[in-house]
Amino acid sequence: MADLSKSEEAVDATPNVTEVATVDAATETEAVAAIEAPVQQGEPILQVRNLVKHFPLTQGILFKRQVGAVKAVDGISFDLYQGETLGIVGESGCGKSTVAKLLMTLEKATAGEVFYKGQDITKLSGRALKAVRRNIQMVFQDPYTSLNPRMTVGDIIGEPFDIHPEVAPKGDRRRKVQDLLDVVGLNPEYINRYPHQFSGGQRQRIGIARGLALNPEIIICDEPVSALDVSVQAQVINLMEKLQDEFNLSYIFIAHDLSIVRHISDRVGVMYLGKMAEIGTDTQIYDHPTHPYTQALLSAVPVPDPAAREGRERIILTGDVPSPANPPSGCRFRTRCWKAEDKCAEEVPLLAIPQVFVGKDTQAAHESACHFAEEKDVVHAA
Amino acid sequence: MTTIDKTSSVPSPRGSDDFGGPLLEVRDLHVEFSTRDGVAKAVNGVNYTVSAGETLAVLGESGSGKSVTAQAIMGILDMPPGRIPKGEIFFRGQDMLKMSNDERRKIRGQKIAMIFQDALSSLNPVLSVGYQLGEMFRVHQGLSKKEAKAKAIDLMDRVKIPAAKARVNDYPHQFSGGMRQRIMIAMALALEPDLIIADEPTTALDVTVQAQVMDLLADLQREYNMGLILITHDLGVVADVADKIAVMYAGRIVETAPVHELYKRPAHPYTRGLLDSIPRLDQKGSELYAIKGLPPNLTRIPSGCAFNPRCPKAQDICRTDIPALLPVTERDGGELPGRGSACHFWKETIHG
Repeated sequence: MADLSKSEEAVDATPNVTEVATVDAATETEAVAAIEAPVQQGEPILQVRNLVKHFPLTQGILFKRQVGAVKAVDGISFDLYQGETLGIVGESGCGKSTVAKLLMTLEKATAGEVFYKGQDITKLSGRALKAVRRNIQMVFQDPYTSLNPRMTVGDIIGEPFDIHPEVAPKGDRRRKVQDLLDVVGLNPEYINRYPHQFSGGQRQRIGIARGLALNPEIIICDEPVSALDVSVQAQVINLMEKLQDEFNLSYIFIAHDLSIVRHISDRVGVMYLGKMAEIGTDTQIYDHPTHPYTQALLSAVPVPDPAAREGRERIILTGDVPSPANPPSGCRFRTRCWKAEDKCAEEVPLLAIPQVFVGKDTQAAHESACHFAEEKDVVHAA
Repeated sequence: MTTIDKTSSVPSPRGSDDFGGPLLEVRDLHVEFSTRDGVAKAVNGVNYTVSAGETLAVLGESGSGKSVTAQAIMGILDMPPGRIPKGEIFFRGQDMLKMSNDERRKIRGQKIAMIFQDALSSLNPVLSVGYQLGEMFRVHQGLSKKEAKAKAIDLMDRVKIPAAKARVNDYPHQFSGGMRQRIMIAMALALEPDLIIADEPTTALDVTVQAQVMDLLADLQREYNMGLILITHDLGVVADVADKIAVMYAGRIVETAPVHELYKRPAHPYTRGLLDSIPRLDQKGSELYAIKGLPPNLTRIPSGCAFNPRCPKAQDICRTDIPALLPVTERDGGELPGRGSACHFWKETIHG
């Protein structure tokens, strides 16, 4: 900790800033304390409120002017509780990976808040941000490009300790890395090997070990198994579930494979063009979907059972996802929706329990952003 | 149907329809690659047949040899380092491996066509899609540029690309992933081949688009009565479209079955393991079954049954004797047409 504050002073060397810096330091210490305290019982560990990310589109070389924006994420809200898995599904381009980057503070949000234990991480900086980042880690999609080919496994997994030396004292690191290898089911003797000496599934285990190194509370998994073979996918999924129980982790599990998301998630959010279309428990979303997009998405999943397939209704959507630079007015799904009426073009449907289901004791009563929400089971054979 | 008139310009590709056997027959095919670490045996004795109008799905993980088999059929294998030490590939009764390059060239594209996985890297980024589609007609049929473009527009219409006329001069990057895959399909269809090999045609696509593309492929196949070899690792996609399935592991076919049968009663422990390891959409299961271990290194395939180190049923015989792909029967000896399993203990697996 000592060398940390020193480096910060070096950065704030300009004389006028010293006063401000001390004030900041006080609030910063407070924030760090809040971040390091355990989460209160029953409180969500992460609260996302109206999160927005627009990427500007510019024109001109010298005098750049903004001509529009890609609305990658456009007002997303959800909660994440300790020890639970929130699945996020959607087609490519719907903004699910941008959400992951925003939660990691790898991208700066255009608007909206992300509260981690009550602290808005979009406004944090310095020590407090560093403390947050320690507690939110990520596992990436492609195990072939997310590991540096010139570093040994020991260096890859141990690198987080260079940035957060308080977690593992210098002399202790090698043992710690070996422990981590053991935890993810790799031989601890492989510590001096390079990534190319491992198979895809083993590399993803290395990626998971790196994510676990700093004892985080939240792990954001962006398509962690989609690059793996079927028989290896199950191994990695089982490992992730085991680790969750062992370390009481919260996962945000981003994927396009709806079967895997159902398997691992407690709650599921369905995204479409930067907005949340529907969110609920896995039973609510998969067995009682009320948003037409969710229904279409679920009905399009090929089921590995020819007998079950024949009784199933298939909704085949026409066309592609519209450009997020110029999304349709009103409900964003209306251009591909078979239920769309004039109202859908004028009014943006809010993510709330649909009026028809309010107060009813049914699984269909969950948040869905559709004017004409209607329950329809598309997963089970009729 | 007016413009693609096969009798006018192609010298009757289907005139030789009198051949009675299957469209394609692969017999005891072996493919190996020389690498720095030794000889990698990618395909070790594959047999299968495809008839007109039939869909054969070849299912397997990466490294199982499913794509290499397809490349050998197409004659696009890199040789060297690849080598075909043994085997025959009969197309309409003629062994293609014994043909000259010129003869094979006449078959490739006109009679057997291929759809590749990644449409973006399979299309040339600096040529318009119309030019690339038209190339098939210019090269194989000697049409003029103008005629070829008209045919390209027609093809794009056929694979349901909206506003084909306006988009024929667009470049591949201007199309979405689903549309690009449609262009790949159009290109394969251009000369109305008898057999199409689709190598993971929808793997790079979203589920909603995947459903569109698979539907299109099935429609076109029915329309032209083509044979289709669908190569995939996705058990779900296979269940939707295939007539029969061949499951590959370490360069061998370990199980063959009609599609319904395979899912109901797998006769090989590997197939069973695969089916058990995928989570279900319609119910929440407990822990997933995972096949332990990793697929074998092709330069060091285990002796005996290649699956034995990962198999829960493995016994001594599995480590020494390679099981042959034998017919599978009912418990009482009744025939199960089209079924075969390369497991010493298939009886226990299917009936136990």
